[in-house]
Amino acid sequence: MASTVSTSSNDTVPAMPGPLLQFWHAFAANKGAVFGLVIVCTLLLLALLAPWVAPHAPDETNSAAFLLPPAWQEGGSATYLLGTDAIGRDILSRLIHGSRLSLSIGVVVVLLALVVGVTLGLIAGFYRGVVEIAIMRVMDIVLTLPSLLAIVIVAILGPGLVNAMLAVAVVVLPHYVRITRAAVISEVSKDYVTAARVSGAGTLRLMFSEGLPNCAAPLIVQASLGVSSAILDAAALGFLGLGAQPPSPEWGTMLADAREFVMRAWWVVTFPGLMIVVAVLAFNLLGDGLRDALDPKLKR
Amino acid sequence: MLRFLLTRVSLLIPTFFGMTLLAFFLIRLVPGDPIETMAGERGIDAARHAALLVEYGLDKPVLTQYGIYIGRVLQGDLGKSIITQVPVLDEFLALFPATVELAVCAILFALLLGIPAGIVAAVKRNSWFDHGVMTVSLTGYSMPIFWWGLLLIMLFSVYLGITPVSGRMDVMHYVEPVTGFLLIDALRSEEQGAFRSALHHLVLPAIVLGTNPLAVVARMTRSAMLEVLGEDYIRTARAKGLAPFRVVAVHALRNALIPVVTVIGLQVGVLFTGAILTETIFSWPGVGKWLIEAINRRDYPVLQGGMLLLGGVVMLVNLLVDLTYGIINPRIRASR
Repeated sequence: MASTVSTSSNDTVPAMPGPLLQFWHAFAANKGAVFGLVIVCTLLLLALLAPWVAPHAPDETNSAAFLLPPAWQEGGSATYLLGTDAIGRDILSRLIHGSRLSLSIGVVVVLLALVVGVTLGLIAGFYRGVVEIAIMRVMDIVLTLPSLLAIVIVAILGPGLVNAMLAVAVVVLPHYVRITRAAVISEVSKDYVTAARVSGAGTLRLMFSEGLPNCAAPLIVQASLGVSSAILDAAALGFLGLGAQPPSPEWGTMLADAREFVMRAWWVVTFPGLMIVVAVLAFNLLGDGLRDALDPKLKR
Repeated sequence: MLRFLLTRVSLLIPTFFGMTLLAFFLIRLVPGDPIETMAGERGIDAARHAALLVEYGLDKPVLTQYGIYIGRVLQGDLGKSIITQVPVLDEFLALFPATVELAVCAILFALLLGIPAGIVAAVKRNSWFDHGVMTVSLTGYSMPIFWWGLLLIMLFSVYLGITPVSGRMDVMHYVEPVTGFLLIDALRSEEQGAFRSALHHLVLPAIVLGTNPLAVVARMTRSAMLEVLGEDYIRTARAKGLAPFRVVAVHALRNALIPVVTVIGLQVGVLFTGAILTETIFSWPGVGKWLIEAINRRDYPVLQGGMLLLGGVVMLVNLLVDLTYGIINPRIRASR
């Protein structure tokens, strides 16, 4: 009996799509977002498989091939598809290995900012008053001079990849704090939170299992957009000589090395920047798509 | 309006003090004490070290030191550069006009291109023009400006040879600095070709610095315009038989510009950071390049003072934007 019912319902009424499927349909309708997702996945694959995909080691130098142009240009060689830099390193291989750095920078910075930012935001939202004012004022100060503060922090802690990531994380913190706090404040007054409180849930429980899930959508959107700005900021620090240090194949650092060749070797200058634009654009498209699909209210 | 002004200003005071705290204590994070930093790699003997500690008040408790620091800051004394021994404020004031000139031109570039593009994109929604504007602006928004600058230098300066690579003016020209804004000074002076030269030097950096704001302004204008165009009063205006151009340019634009003004204000902080990169690429003698040089020379008083001054400027601009906002949109004034 039961089996006949289930088969007949399967035949006539299509099953209600689950929330994940619904989300996917909304997301897939946005061509730009899908495009972004494809690029992000490609970059991820490149990063994961870098040692096998890259034709050369990122720091392998060839004294017979300084500043070789790309393969399709006169004087180029098929061994070095995108040419070589001033000390004969393969640019393509360095770019592929660089995707490892840039993606991990993006992910680490965002995770760091998420953990600290969400915690501060929850605290500010739950304990109003002095604590809230103190936290939000500090965030305002950070927001006044976002990237300059990052530069100053790195200048003081000393240049390097880890310090650069730390600095960028500090600088993007206010966004996460603000989003979480705003969401918490609007949720806390709702009946289900009161119900949980009345039934004896402690503050921590209220914060993390009642409040937090309801801030998830804007936080996910901010996080995916945050990866792009983290990549961009870290590359800028690298370009200023404050981020990853040479010979690291970080894209911004590669551009810093390339500056002096603006006059004679366009490929050294062009490709690392192109990688940054592509990666940043992909994460921005992905973030916009997530925003539209997850929360139509946020759509502008 | 006065009440509105006072609340806004009173909000700035804690932020400013917070910033002095930040500037003061961040510098304390530098390993070693300031005297050792000043002495650099030469080192310093113990007696002289102790004497200097007393001379600079560094032997006192940290809170007292902060009190002294605040007192000096409020009197406009931000310390001296370790390298040049010139007061930080003087150096800043000498270089700041160059940065302002660059930033103003960048913002003008962004507004003159971004607002019309945003309006047309909104009016012709879903046309090829709309899609084009959105694609270009998303790309502009994702653009690392240091790379964009290098690309433009390669194209216009190296390949086409029509713009200079760096600086504010050719060395063969000399213009007496009166306002510090070279374009104005050059126009006022008798020097032949000075204005042309200054303009030539300014074009690329202004475009580079203006690219991010351009993208933001175009996107914001478009979305604000789309929202306003859906309002009832626009339909009324159309129904009255007003020319479509008048409806868009007069009725819709006025309200659509409100969020755009806010966004421009928020861009000022971004703009100063962008100026650091732009000035570094184009060797533009402004405060951005000055700060990066200070970092490379470990000139901490300059870093500390420069950060505070730039922060103060950004705060002032944000205040001005808030006030403009109150003027163009009286509802804001009333609601606060």
